[in-house]
Amino acid sequence: MRILVCVKRVPAPGAKILVTEDGQDVDAAHLGFTTSPHEECALEEAVQIAEREGGEVTVLTLGEAAAEEQLRYAASVGAHNAVLIPTDGEPWDPQRTARAISQAITDLEAADGAFDLILFGNESADSGGFQVGVRCAYALGRPIVNGIKGIEFADGVASARREIDGGYEVYEVPLPAVFGVKEGINLPRYPTMKGRLASKKVEVASMELQADSGGLARVRLHRPEEQVSETVILGTGADAAGAVCDLLEELGVL
Amino acid sequence: MTLLVVLEHDRGDLADASLEALTAGRGLAAANGWPMHAVIVGANGENLASDAAKYGAEVSHVVGHDMLVDFGPEAWGESVAQLARSIDAGAVMASGTERGNEVLAQIAARLDEPFVANCVTVTPGDPWEITRVQWGGSLLEDTTLVAGMKLLTYGHHSLEPSPADSAGDGSTIAFTPELDATLARTIVQDRTVLTKGVTLATAPVVVSGGRGVGSAEGFGPLEELAELLGGRVGCSRAVTNNGWRPHSDQVGQTGTRIAPEIYIATGISGAIQHWVGAMASKNILAINTDAEANMVVKAGHAVIADLHQVVPAIIDEVKKRKGLA
Amino acid sequence: MSEFPTRANVVVIGAGIVGNCLVGHLAELGWTDMVLLDKGPLPNPGGSTGHASNFIFPVDHNKEMALLGVQSANQYRDMNLSVDSGGIEVARTQERMDELQRRMTSAKAWGVEAQLLTPTEVKELVPFINEEVILGGFYCPSVSVVDSLETGTVMRKLAIEKTGLQVFANTEVLDLETTDAPNGATKISAVVTDKGTIEAEYVVIACGVWANKVAMMAGATIPLVPAVHQMADVGPMDVLAETNNEIGYPIVRDMDTFCYERQSAGSMEVGSYAHRPILHHPDEIPSNEEAALSPTEMPFTPDDFDDQMEQAIELMDMLGDAEIKYAINGLLSLTPDAMPCLGETTEVRNLWSAAAVWVKEGPGMAQVVAEWMTYGYPRVIDAHGADIARFYAAERGDDHIWARAEEHFNKTYGIVHPAEQWEGRRDLVKSPLYEREVALGAYFFQARVWERPQWYESNADLVERYGLSEREVEWDNRWWSPIIDAEHLNMRENVGMVDLSAFQIFELSGPGAIQFAEYLAVNKVDKPVGSSTYTPWLTPDGGFHSDLTMLRTGEDTVRIVTGAFDGGRDEFWIKKYLPEDESVTFANLTMSTCTIGLWGPKAPAVLGALTDIDLSQEGSKYGSLVNAEIAGIPCTLFRISYVGDTGWEIYTGWDNGVALWDALAEAGADHGIRPVGIGVYGGTGRMEKGYRLMGAELESEYNPVEAGLARPKVKAADFIGKEAYLAAREAGPAATACTFTVDDLTDSQGRQRYMQGGNEPILTLDGERIEDSHGRVSRVTSAAMGPSVGSYLLLGYLPTELAEVGAKFQVMYMNELFPITVAATSGSAFDPDDTRLKS
Repeated sequence: MRILVCVKRVPAPGAKILVTEDGQDVDAAHLGFTTSPHEECALEEAVQIAEREGGEVTVLTLGEAAAEEQLRYAASVGAHNAVLIPTDGEPWDPQRTARAISQAITDLEAADGAFDLILFGNESADSGGFQVGVRCAYALGRPIVNGIKGIEFADGVASARREIDGGYEVYEVPLPAVFGVKEGINLPRYPTMKGRLASKKVEVASMELQADSGGLARVRLHRPEEQVSETVILGTGADAAGAVCDLLEELGVL
Repeated sequence: MTLLVVLEHDRGDLADASLEALTAGRGLAAANGWPMHAVIVGANGENLASDAAKYGAEVSHVVGHDMLVDFGPEAWGESVAQLARSIDAGAVMASGTERGNEVLAQIAARLDEPFVANCVTVTPGDPWEITRVQWGGSLLEDTTLVAGMKLLTYGHHSLEPSPADSAGDGSTIAFTPELDATLARTIVQDRTVLTKGVTLATAPVVVSGGRGVGSAEGFGPLEELAELLGGRVGCSRAVTNNGWRPHSDQVGQTGTRIAPEIYIATGISGAIQHWVGAMASKNILAINTDAEANMVVKAGHAVIADLHQVVPAIIDEVKKRKGLA
Repeated sequence: MSEFPTRANVVVIGAGIVGNCLVGHLAELGWTDMVLLDKGPLPNPGGSTGHASNFIFPVDHNKEMALLGVQSANQYRDMNLSVDSGGIEVARTQERMDELQRRMTSAKAWGVEAQLLTPTEVKELVPFINEEVILGGFYCPSVSVVDSLETGTVMRKLAIEKTGLQVFANTEVLDLETTDAPNGATKISAVVTDKGTIEAEYVVIACGVWANKVAMMAGATIPLVPAVHQMADVGPMDVLAETNNEIGYPIVRDMDTFCYERQSAGSMEVGSYAHRPILHHPDEIPSNEEAALSPTEMPFTPDDFDDQMEQAIELMDMLGDAEIKYAINGLLSLTPDAMPCLGETTEVRNLWSAAAVWVKEGPGMAQVVAEWMTYGYPRVIDAHGADIARFYAAERGDDHIWARAEEHFNKTYGIVHPAEQWEGRRDLVKSPLYEREVALGAYFFQARVWERPQWYESNADLVERYGLSEREVEWDNRWWSPIIDAEHLNMRENVGMVDLSAFQIFELSGPGAIQFAEYLAVNKVDKPVGSSTYTPWLTPDGGFHSDLTMLRTGEDTVRIVTGAFDGGRDEFWIKKYLPEDESVTFANLTMSTCTIGLWGPKAPAVLGALTDIDLSQEGSKYGSLVNAEIAGIPCTLFRISYVGDTGWEIYTGWDNGVALWDALAEAGADHGIRPVGIGVYGGTGRMEKGYRLMGAELESEYNPVEAGLARPKVKAADFIGKEAYLAAREAGPAATACTFTVDDLTDSQGRQRYMQGGNEPILTLDGERIEDSHGRVSRVTSAAMGPSVGSYLLLGYLPTELAEVGAKFQVMYMNELFPITVAATSGSAFDPDDTRLKS
């Protein structure tokens, strides 16, 4: 099975996210970067599928040159090939991103054959646009379902599960197919030391692509009004049990 | 021009999220001087139109087709896209639920228009000025939108639904889209009920213990509480290091990262590596004797007391409320 | 939670291992009314303690670090928060194997059990090690792993229970306020936090990587920089998990790759000091809220760690298949000289520093600061090397701190020679004679900031003349030249001139100057104008704080001459004790004074050619000051000698230095004059005379009676440490400083070896360590050739009952034993009657 996973490089912030002075980006001066969590799960799922069903995993990202770090990370946990669509560092809007990725997939498939399965994350951790996967699938003429928390294969059909209240919806999607994967589908592995070292030898293919932006333009990012997050003390002894149960009922878990 | 609001329904009732969308849409339609129409896809459309009317929909478009009996993102997206085109809608919106965002993305792909997910405020004008959620709500983005047809979702829980001052008459217009048979490929085929054994990673409730539990046996009450709440037991690294629980129960950077509805952390100081595993929890209740403990400071709720007294009391109260005691 | 206080006697900032242990020790010493603050939560506020690897290797060549490491390890043990895991330093190279022999020597000195292991023996202890890549190991069974967070909690609770310490977590210090104090000083007055302002008598900065930032709020400096130490936690691995223990195998330090492997339950922590130095400004450290992990657990930069991974896998193959579950760029504190920053800040009275301290020495260093605050100087150990007052202004700026931290970071596991010189940040302060010295091929050593010629290549011809040669073993030859011995011999035969402009020269003046000078000094200063006093300055407990010369230059003026390594500490000591009535004015004359030493049998002849004054022993008495023109240049002649030949320290104005130097060189040409370096002045010449050196023989743990520097009588005037000094005289010495000759320098391979004065243990003929009744170990404090006595000389203390001339002992060097003999217990090995000084 030939599998493509599309991932995004995002900062790994703490509880409080700072914004640059011009409001155009997250202030990542002292932050590390990571793969957006849903996509990290998509990557793990792809690697597990390839290990189970046989095949090859290609990881693709669109971003600044430093996004090679996320491609190498993917390689360190089992991706075989890596593709970077370089940007100038400016954030690309969802339409521009989807156009470039669709073009890249078309080009990759023309060279090496079609992907049986393309996985996206359900949405990115930072901008949360909920659309790049759908746009790409539509452009490629392939089926896509989002929110996927389980994939199995039989006879060229992917059986994909999506969580709903109290259970799962099941989709039977013929391959080639596209899914938007959600965190919780698996527990992503960490790279091993040998994996990390091997990943340095994986060649990262660079695909220079241009695409037109859509009609969305960022004015600025800002922090919401400070929520005073004082801890609510429910009690100082066993008599707090009532207040605790009120809370549990309010949250719908009791 | 018209504002179309895509509704979701659940076993015959409009979803709360769609009431939010109608409430938000009503204001947006008024700001534009447009009428607000609702879109009801699939069966029972007529029954829901009157509810939509209460929230200000002048008309409900009831979209019917053999392939729309059950949910399918592509079929739904294609259908609403056709409707929107046919009535020359100025904007299509929904609530930012999983389905809402997915269907709007499908429409956006088909119409090659921008789509703005999880808006908080929308101000029409030239261009439209929008504030939307980023980073799961940690940041907001001000953005401008220029589009032939505006496509957006409102962030779920970003406002309280309220009925319109003057309800519509609940009139409906039927719409039958032309759907290619291939779109059947993404229609729900089956539903399964969640099996009982939830995992630590997916449990809605995690009851966790740290060094303060004191022993392997000390986890008995935590097990019982987790069981009562349909959850699982977790623990901190100090606990696995002491051999009180297996590593598979460890919550943290090097254990499992969890995101339950509520994380009940008992006797856990909240070391960073532990916090990283627990911080995605939607609510945190810390039970600790030390009011300055990191877990207490970071939690939304806390009980400052000995877990060995509080947890049994909570168990008794839960049993009482469940009618088990 | 208690109400936020508006007043406290002591506010300690930082609740890491240091701050917590400090409040615990202060409570035990009787301090009350204390507040402990931290901007983070408890028990882990997010500083370096929270991610420490928490192990202690007790062997270090440096005495302060070694003994405080042992002291700290014992404190952790006493709290039952420590496990003796054992530890092995493995060698991959022959050079490292030699270093392990040196480690064995230091282990012997500090009484730490240790043994060398073959690769096979290492594998018996660490079955998953690849013994084929190592040549051997240095095994120390008492290496321990501690719980630093819990220790902090225990110490904090001790202070709460004992003295009602108030603790405020999640409280950020926004400012430190000061008030004016006498003599133009400033004094701490309050700590401003986001929860309120606390007026405080004492404030201690114990907040690690943030220490300098906080100090600067008060106008003080704590010269340290946050630096990255990378580590990765990999696992789980069955062999480790099966131990069912936080640590079940010895810690392995892979010394040649600057890495360590430390079990942590089922995982292995791989830590490195091999990556490029990565330094941060404190403002770059995120807040607790902004940090993804904790403020000091910064994002891992894997590219910097790849080489270490390969080396780790080479050493332990199983690590390669383990998952990297947690990896950080952990921040710790580095200082310009790799030593901690302890003591009262020099800029602000009652503002103290307890910073640049790692977990391995935290409890001990906290004890040092607590005792220092209580008794005026630490008791547990001499801490001059960690005294924050040691830094000169040029060492306190970011440019210097960063450059030095970058240079020494990779030496954390390096093989560092006792005389090792810095590469960068040289030429910070140059003598007025610097150009002349460069022209003479001076080989410069840096004394803190001062460049001093150690020897002159222009004297290379003397090596042949005196039949000298290089040393056989490269290590002994490193940072040394036979020219030193040659300069020495020429000085003894003819005359030498020594640039002493690095002397730190202070002046006390005003109506209270003489009385104050008396208060500082053990020996009488109030003598006729033109007299000098060589004297110790004592700590309140009667140990050495300083050892220097005081010159009665006027009715109301005293000049103080001290060494380049001690200027900062001595200046601070003076300012700290300056009378509050402002009757004494302090001035630092260092940068306006040039000093040249002229010594040797022909020194009177050389100087006589340049001046009309009477240079006879009557006209220029030993120890006297005479103002004179030398070659028309106004100078002060001080007849004194630290090298054993007659002559003078000649003081003149900075700008006259070159003219004086040239005049002496010209006048001395026919007398065989040569420039002489500090190798003779501080080494061979001094050693032949048995003169003690501050920081070597002279430390606060020893008193003048033991050092052989007690005068027959005690002056009437009061002075710091007098009571303790009188008691020490009464009690008699427990130890006695001795000069030893090495009877045979030949090692087991037939090579001549030369001890470095690096704490080599002095042992009985049975090879046993020697401790005096106060538990102080006999060790080499100074070592140098005595070219004129024809023996290699050592200085060190012996228990007084063993200190007899002619007594035989052994010295251990590079883990081999060499026979030595006590040559002198007071006085000199060379010219014991000082006839040369009096001729």
